[in-house]
Amino acid sequence: MREQLPALIVVVPLLAALLSLFVSYISKILARWVAIAALLVAHLSAIGALVLVLREGAPWHYHFGAWEPPWGIEYVIDPLGGAMAVLISFVSLFVAIYSGGFSREFNWLKTGGYYTLFLLLTTGLLGMVVTGDVFNLYVFLEISSLAGYALIAFGGNRGTVAAFRYLLVGTIGASFYLLGIGYLYAITGSLNMVDLAELLPPLMTSPVFLMTVVMFIVGFGIKMAMFPLHGWQPDAYSYAHPAAAPLIAGVMGKVPAYAAIRYFFFIFAPTSLVVSKALTVMGWLAALGIIIGSIMAIAQKDFRRMLAYSSVAQIGYIVVGMAIGNMYGLIGAILHIVNHAFMKSTLFLVAGGVKWRTGENNIEKYAALCGKMPLTMAAFAVCALSMVGIPPTAGFFSKWYLILGAIEADLWIYIVVIVLSSLLNAIYFFRVIENIYMKERIEVREIRTSKPLELPLNMLVPIVVLGLGILVLGIFNESIVTQILQYAIPGGGF
Amino acid sequence: MGPEVLIDYRPLWAVLISLVAAVLILFSDRNPNLRESWTILAAIGKVAIIYSMLPLVLSGHVLEVAPLHIADGITLQLRADTAGMLFAALSSVLWLVTSIYSIGYMRGHNETHQTGYFAAFAVCLSATIGIALSANLLTFIIFYEILTIATYPLVIHSRNEEAKRSGRKYLAYTLIAGQLFLVAIIWTYILVGHGDFQAGGFLSMDYASPGVLRFIFLLMILGTAVKAGVMPLHGWLPDAMVAPTPVSALLHAVAVVKAGAFGVVRVIGYVFGPDLLSQLGVAEILAWVAAFTIIVSSLIAIRQDNLKRRLAFSTIGQLSYVVLGVSLLTPLGILGGMFHIIAHAFMKITLFFCAGAITVTTHETEISQMQGIGKRMPFTLGAFTIASLGIAGTPFIVGFISKWNIALGALESGQGLFVAVLIASALLATSYLIPVAYMGFFKKSDKFTKYGEARKDMLIPIMITAAVSIVLGIFPNFGAGFYKLAVMSAESITNSIHLIGGGW
Repeated sequence: MREQLPALIVVVPLLAALLSLFVSYISKILARWVAIAALLVAHLSAIGALVLVLREGAPWHYHFGAWEPPWGIEYVIDPLGGAMAVLISFVSLFVAIYSGGFSREFNWLKTGGYYTLFLLLTTGLLGMVVTGDVFNLYVFLEISSLAGYALIAFGGNRGTVAAFRYLLVGTIGASFYLLGIGYLYAITGSLNMVDLAELLPPLMTSPVFLMTVVMFIVGFGIKMAMFPLHGWQPDAYSYAHPAAAPLIAGVMGKVPAYAAIRYFFFIFAPTSLVVSKALTVMGWLAALGIIIGSIMAIAQKDFRRMLAYSSVAQIGYIVVGMAIGNMYGLIGAILHIVNHAFMKSTLFLVAGGVKWRTGENNIEKYAALCGKMPLTMAAFAVCALSMVGIPPTAGFFSKWYLILGAIEADLWIYIVVIVLSSLLNAIYFFRVIENIYMKERIEVREIRTSKPLELPLNMLVPIVVLGLGILVLGIFNESIVTQILQYAIPGGGF
Repeated sequence: MGPEVLIDYRPLWAVLISLVAAVLILFSDRNPNLRESWTILAAIGKVAIIYSMLPLVLSGHVLEVAPLHIADGITLQLRADTAGMLFAALSSVLWLVTSIYSIGYMRGHNETHQTGYFAAFAVCLSATIGIALSANLLTFIIFYEILTIATYPLVIHSRNEEAKRSGRKYLAYTLIAGQLFLVAIIWTYILVGHGDFQAGGFLSMDYASPGVLRFIFLLMILGTAVKAGVMPLHGWLPDAMVAPTPVSALLHAVAVVKAGAFGVVRVIGYVFGPDLLSQLGVAEILAWVAAFTIIVSSLIAIRQDNLKRRLAFSTIGQLSYVVLGVSLLTPLGILGGMFHIIAHAFMKITLFFCAGAITVTTHETEISQMQGIGKRMPFTLGAFTIASLGIAGTPFIVGFISKWNIALGALESGQGLFVAVLIASALLATSYLIPVAYMGFFKKSDKFTKYGEARKDMLIPIMITAAVSIVLGIFPNFGAGFYKLAVMSAESITNSIHLIGGGW
């Protein structure tokens, strides 16, 4: 069993996804528990695999069906991929628990469909981070994207429009990625990541390679909603079904960012001319994105839209970390993937919780919610502080590493941008805090009520756990960095 | 040879005790008496822990604990050294006094949101003690930022438009400063490889060019001077006076602004050091900015009719005494500056307590309405008079000792002009505070004819702090050995052995 852990990470949620509809026909409650159990198994497998890899001190190459690469598909668990898998499965597990609050109002077909899509999305994301094969990565990218489109469309009429728009743009992005792989295959004859890393260095000056890099920037840029390719994202995040939005907003954008790090720093040599120029260009775009995203966030009235624009800015942090490119910069980028996944998921959990009770999304309608939903709003306050980067929350430490890296690399413009962005974050988050804690109570119709707690237990627990997670990640960030992340960067001993 | 280092967990408990209390307070929302007893218990516990460390520190030991790694090779380190103890002993004792006063004030005023108020107050105190006992820059900024955030709910306490505006202003000032401070700190870590405070400073010309060092100094001073209200960075302070009076008293006269002033002490004495700063020539500029603040804020204070606002501008000026003293870079200047942290705290908290007592008892906030109030509240106004005389620098009240030392420090550094600034400021202080006492006692009015003092739980703290102001003015080592702590810090910073010569 232990030798099969890498496969379990992906296969268990996939099987559960296929079963989900049948189970739901028998019992809606059972379908939910099957999904939760599958994600729990995936999560434990991911932890197990990561622990084993860290103990072994070498990446784990798992050959599917015992086919040797480059013929067969290879899964590779290294500290970076393993940590991502743990992150994705953790968030997904808690969002699945949270979904219960919404899904108990669905009929059996809708319940089954919802959990099928939810599990497929998770499967796709998990597959992307454990695979060692570039084409397999494309397959998982498509699985996650298609499931993502459907979950966004699940959110109602406006969701359908947003999903269609994302479908068009996202397909273009994925196609760019596919074309990029095609070029790589044409010049190297391999689709295996380890192989590619060995075969590519002499070819780094070829124009084909340049084309590949450009394709990847556009492909991943669209998928992770990097400025200026983010046009699809605010609608998609806002109108996605509130039960799934935490996963979509929190994790779905991070995995392409992971893939970009995988390509630029592990498969390609970041020191080569083309890649380093590409990273510089991405860094500039990201810096612009941070500022523009934050300003757009200030302008929003809808809480979820504000969060969506804030994501455009926060993805910029990750890309800036890549553009800085030294040890601290990369640690900052990866740490921010983790931290921001927690923060954004929690924020959308909160948004969903408020919507569950009042049906409102408008920031103005959050007035005086602190009395009605104290724990949820406390979780929000922690998130907000973390987004601004107040110690000891997690957000402070990603900022710390990014600024360390930027000073070391003498890239002062990024420091200015990061500092400015913190302050802009403060503007739009404290505006919400003012609404929640200082406004006069206004009459808001409650569409659902919950006794004795502010939200049903299965919604409240994920909010509290992830909210506390932000504090835990902040206080114990050092162990995360020294135990995992410092091996997760190139030259980290793996 | 440095002081003897002991590994001891007491600094950590001193920080955590009020944090635990904050949680308990939040959960005792329904039962005000239980809630307030947590505050008092935590305050007593904090005082006990800190004063149990005092004899060790006074005998030349340093207590240290590093419970947690917070970043790559940097620990969350707490260290009770002389300067830290000075600030910690001060704020813990004043928290206890203020807690008693707060209960009287909040109940007497029928304030809302009392649970949040007491919880945020407790968190503020944790952060303040954390700032006092931080052993390195990263630990310092963590507590510094926590203090910023924990103060925010207190500033916006009354939840009205004015409070909201003040809250925004407060955050804008302090968050921007915090970010600049953070950049400077990270830069220092990159240059030196560590950020551990060291008496006499750990930066030197070997690490970077003078230009870079000057820039880092500028950023760090901007970061700390905002909280210390040095002009032109003082804008938030008078507006933050919309907060309840105990908040103004403890936070805007002691903890928050003193955290800024203490930060200036740390930056000058423990990061840069007098030697490097005199080579860079930047401390002198800071000294002039402080002198400017002292004069201008006093001039503004004269024109304020609202008592709390007048006191706020007086605070701005008095804080700059600390900054001025320390940036003179001479042993006596540093001694005077550090002792002024203590001196000003006791005097200003008395003044704010009096202002609050008057507001709660008579609902007057404007000075022009307080004519003849001495008839009704003689004890309160008596305490007010003592503290006013102290602020003006009358001998045998604590304020005199620090000003005397700062003046000597100015002469020591050959910048006699600052003495003129000090004298001018003393005269100005006389002219903006003494009239309040004069009008209260000697002007007749129909409004206040009968005796009617403030509630006991407000009056007792006032009497205590006023008495301490006098006692400390005669025996400056009373209680916590404040003067000795300041002397020891100044000695270790300037590396000089005897400076008692000009002292007290």
